[in-house]
Amino acid sequence: MTTELLGAILFAMIVAATPLMLVALGELVTEKAGMLNLGAEGLMAVGAVSAFIATHTTGSVTVGVLAGITAGVLLSCIFALVTIPLMANQVATGLAIAIFGVGLAAFIGKPFESSVIASTPAWNVPGLSEIPVLGKALFSHQPIVYLAWLATGIVIWVLARTRTGLVLKAVGESPAVGHAIGYPVNRIRALAVLFGGGMAGLGGAYLSVFYTPMWTEDMVAGRGWIALALVVFATWRPWRVVLGAHLFGGVLILQLFVQSSGLDLQVPAQLLSAMPYLATIVVLVLIAGNPKTIRIHSPASLGKPFRPDAH
Amino acid sequence: MVAVGLTVLTGLIIFALLGKDPILGFQVFFVYPLRSLYGLSELLLKATPLALIGMGLAVGFRAGIWNIGAEGQFLFGAVFATGVALYLPSITGVSLLVMVFAGILGGMAWALIPAWLRARFHTNEILVSLMLVYVAQLFVSWLVFGPWRDPRGFNFPQTEMFDAAWLLPTLLSGSRLNLAFALTLIVLVIGHILLAKSYYGFSIRVAGESPTAARYAGLSERRNIYAGLLIGGACAGLAGMAEVAGPMGQLTDKASVGYGFAAIIVAFVGRLQPLGIGLAALVMALFFLGGEQAQQYLNLPGSISRVFQGLLLFYLLAADVLVQFRLVRTPPQTKGAT
Repeated sequence: MTTELLGAILFAMIVAATPLMLVALGELVTEKAGMLNLGAEGLMAVGAVSAFIATHTTGSVTVGVLAGITAGVLLSCIFALVTIPLMANQVATGLAIAIFGVGLAAFIGKPFESSVIASTPAWNVPGLSEIPVLGKALFSHQPIVYLAWLATGIVIWVLARTRTGLVLKAVGESPAVGHAIGYPVNRIRALAVLFGGGMAGLGGAYLSVFYTPMWTEDMVAGRGWIALALVVFATWRPWRVVLGAHLFGGVLILQLFVQSSGLDLQVPAQLLSAMPYLATIVVLVLIAGNPKTIRIHSPASLGKPFRPDAH
Repeated sequence: MVAVGLTVLTGLIIFALLGKDPILGFQVFFVYPLRSLYGLSELLLKATPLALIGMGLAVGFRAGIWNIGAEGQFLFGAVFATGVALYLPSITGVSLLVMVFAGILGGMAWALIPAWLRARFHTNEILVSLMLVYVAQLFVSWLVFGPWRDPRGFNFPQTEMFDAAWLLPTLLSGSRLNLAFALTLIVLVIGHILLAKSYYGFSIRVAGESPTAARYAGLSERRNIYAGLLIGGACAGLAGMAEVAGPMGQLTDKASVGYGFAAIIVAFVGRLQPLGIGLAALVMALFFLGGEQAQQYLNLPGSISRVFQGLLLFYLLAADVLVQFRLVRTPPQTKGAT
């Protein structure tokens, strides 16, 4: 019985971690290029609502996912436009994206609040899903989960092993040098921002189409912000993002399990719901306890605009 | 100004795209709320918490302290104020004073957490203050669903209505505009003196614009962090107190309609200047009221006001570049020429 429960918890943890992982990896790529986009919460919200509406109207999950990604890319276009050619403060613009995105999503999603879409069945990996306990936990997910893992693998590989990854990181560490060598610094940065937006949109789509197939105004519930915290937690290293996302997925799931288990813990439900947020704070404190790690690993030009003609 | 104009223009386009008459939309959104004296008083009522919180945040933003959790500090101000209103005996006159201090204290207490963590552990105050918003919302929800629920409230998540002694007196008979408006004006004046005339105002500007210079000048980074967050918390707490002791008269699970977040926009749109913040709060309050009117007359979701508020900030940030730089027409470059 206990192994079964553990398997169920592991399964749920992966499901809960997937959106965090996607959004945090997107943000990681953005930040590696030296851009700080704090708007993940808003990007996820528009991604979620667009994906839901598209799935609801066309009946196709694929169209929904594509709509979510597109919405994230479009909204991050605004961020790129305001911060790169117009050189506005990235922190302020990111906050604007967050506030605007959540508001916009609530606005366009209002007529769809009570609509339902069919939940997508899980796809069992042939053979592997037969493994006792682990098979059910790892290889019996909705297709999007495998897709997320594929995307994760590609991002990690590109960052660590390819020329593209190297150029991206160079632009984030020293845009002036990147420019001197002849790379289009601002174009690379813009693309990184759009990539981050697309990933956040995908994360949002995951929430509204797969995780809980419905749309409510507050469904993102701070996941965008937690993803931002994850990037800091991971000190800008992709593997740690994956690890961190699953730790947080665990926290999210554990409180749900405790709430639904009927255990009478004499603890108010609200305190349990607050756990992920409190955990984020605790983790930030633990990581920040060693400021040197953060300084070494954070991209050197993070958040600073670059004017090619000034060099 | 350009930003406000562009926002209104975009608003008209949005109305047109939604198949509503843009002229009617404009009227409903921007004119209807201002048609009567009562409408004007409602505008000032809504602008009060926005200006108050925005002013507090502006002090922090100038110092380079990004307090994004005003929403949570607002709620804690409301919680502390509710606490004294529910548990202390009411004495006319004294009660209100106690309540004002309770509100300020509540907001400061909640802001103290990110301040202390940042000063002690260098944690990012943006994320910590934001996470605490969710915690504060859950805390309020626990209070009004649990220990503080009005036993005669038909199980609605709300506390008892406050005694009259715990309510802010209204300034205009027949309106809901209350003493908090006057307090806000005073806070804006204090803010102006603090930022423009005092040594402290100068020192936070140095700290915000060049932390390195501030360190060389021997300005305490720690003091800067605490002051930046606590002033914001105090103002937000005061605003929260004014909401429960003003138009609401009780604490509910919907104590805030997002004033804490809107106030971030107010602070930026007001260019972190007291006068600008006052004006920006009026514009943003108009968006809130316009959203309510649009709900009523045009059958549009009220969240349209948040869309407009976000648009305003984008246009402002984008327009900044035109303020800071001048467009210069350069002759087309010929290939090979340097």
